[in-house]
Amino acid sequence: MNLKVNIAGVELSNPIITASGTFGFGREYGEMYSLDELGAICVKGLTLAPRAGNPPPRITETYGGILNSVGLQNPGVDMFIKNEIPELKKYTCKIIANIAGNTIEDYCEMAERLSGSGVDMLEMNISCPNVKEGGVAFGTNAKTILHITQEVKKHAKIPVIVKLSPNVTDITEMAKAAEAGGADALSLINTLLGMAIDIKTRRPILANITGGLSGPAVKPVAVRMVYQVAQCTKLPIIGMGGITNGDDAVEFMLAGSNAVAVGTANFMNPYACVSIKKGIVDYMNQYHIKDVNDLVGQVVIK
Amino acid sequence: MNHDVYKCKVISKKEIAPNIVDVTVLCREIAETAQPGQFLHIKCGDEISMPLRRPISICDTFEDKVRFIFERKGRGTNHLNLIEDEIDILGPLGNPFTISNDAFCNPVVIGGGIGTYPLLKLAKLLEKPTVYLGFRSKSQVTLEEDFKAASPNVTVATDDGSYGYNGFAIELLKDKIKQDKVDVIYSCGPTPMLRAVKELAEANNIRCQISLEQRMGCGIGACLTCSCETTSGGTWKYKRVCKNGPVFWSTEVVL
Repeated sequence: MNLKVNIAGVELSNPIITASGTFGFGREYGEMYSLDELGAICVKGLTLAPRAGNPPPRITETYGGILNSVGLQNPGVDMFIKNEIPELKKYTCKIIANIAGNTIEDYCEMAERLSGSGVDMLEMNISCPNVKEGGVAFGTNAKTILHITQEVKKHAKIPVIVKLSPNVTDITEMAKAAEAGGADALSLINTLLGMAIDIKTRRPILANITGGLSGPAVKPVAVRMVYQVAQCTKLPIIGMGGITNGDDAVEFMLAGSNAVAVGTANFMNPYACVSIKKGIVDYMNQYHIKDVNDLVGQVVIK
Repeated sequence: MNHDVYKCKVISKKEIAPNIVDVTVLCREIAETAQPGQFLHIKCGDEISMPLRRPISICDTFEDKVRFIFERKGRGTNHLNLIEDEIDILGPLGNPFTISNDAFCNPVVIGGGIGTYPLLKLAKLLEKPTVYLGFRSKSQVTLEEDFKAASPNVTVATDDGSYGYNGFAIELLKDKIKQDKVDVIYSCGPTPMLRAVKELAEANNIRCQISLEQRMGCGIGACLTCSCETTSGGTWKYKRVCKNGPVFWSTEVVL
């Protein structure tokens, strides 16, 4: 049985990737199981300078999902390179650095610093809904996506994944713009902008008022978007949005994902990535599938 | 790592006050390693409809048993209340209370409401601590006998005067500090109480540890959602309640 997948020339031992922001830099989960189990780790979103993040509360549960607004708290790209990459290099899993900037120059500068640092791929976070400047502002306009992707590609010496926002009218326009800009792969979806109010106090539950919705509640939206994007681009796709078990992962692959990312599910089950991988293997055994890549895009439309 | 996910058999469960549920589960691994102030991250329903665990403090441990007490308040804790057989628990988690009987003579333990529960195991391990337990009224008074078994110096206060001392527990602490030497204060309770304890301790140069709560995600320090503001300011002003806390030195945090 083959579980290896190839994303833009980078070979992953299996299609399981951790979704940025849910897994830190891997240290905490690395205490619970070997990170060699993973195809890749996509690390917490990095910015050029360290960021304190948003005030608490930063998270709340909703029906079948969670809202979060961390606001890109991170130690900055240089501290990541110095302190975290050596730790991550102890494992065989690939490293994806998620980068977010206030300006196009920020993204380019981070791409420069991270190329040759030991990171295998970059994920351009142009879809974070929780910061005031940059972030999603870049990811909701096709012209801006084209331009920022072209610029970052000039500076990156490693493959560039563009992470797409679902908070757009037509995600295929954004996907095509990223492809035209030279993106090597796409990941989707980032969180859906949401809000929850405490009716006793009449205040928003999150201090930031709004937050990003993730978890099982968003899965049908994410599967639909992966399917649509797979129809209109040739780029490899990392699909994510509410994947909680092996069946969910298979569904995303059938829709057109070459690999899948697991986020919210890690919170309930710290071993979620391991059990999802096992769930994919169980499905492959049941349906006599020898190569996981044979699932990609195999949804049957009559 | 001394935490993991365990399926824990429920061996007793009862409502000890309105909406206050006292649970004891079987889990040798947690019982043997848990320290006072640590918490459990508890699965309250199926992961599809309820994707977050709920953090609940450890009240006590003995042999292979772990006791925790929670308030039925929202969707999660109402679901948790329905589980009769086996509870899925990630733990023990977090930074515990610091106990040093040499350096910290004359300890005071002060708790309010459901914040009294994380203090029981601590009170048992301290040398005859002075214990102040505050509740809104008589119907809410819980664990009095358990604390009295741990220390001869236990006083219960109620906000409405329906039981014990008439007033806030903080008033008892103020009097104690005026009359006696206090070397360390341990506290858990509602934020206004913690704020008063912190101010009082710092005004009198008394070391003080407080246990905080916050809406939480992973519970192990990865997701950065359960932050609290610290006195360090600047880029590093937020710390993780689940990993750096829930117990902090009062001087570390902004309340």
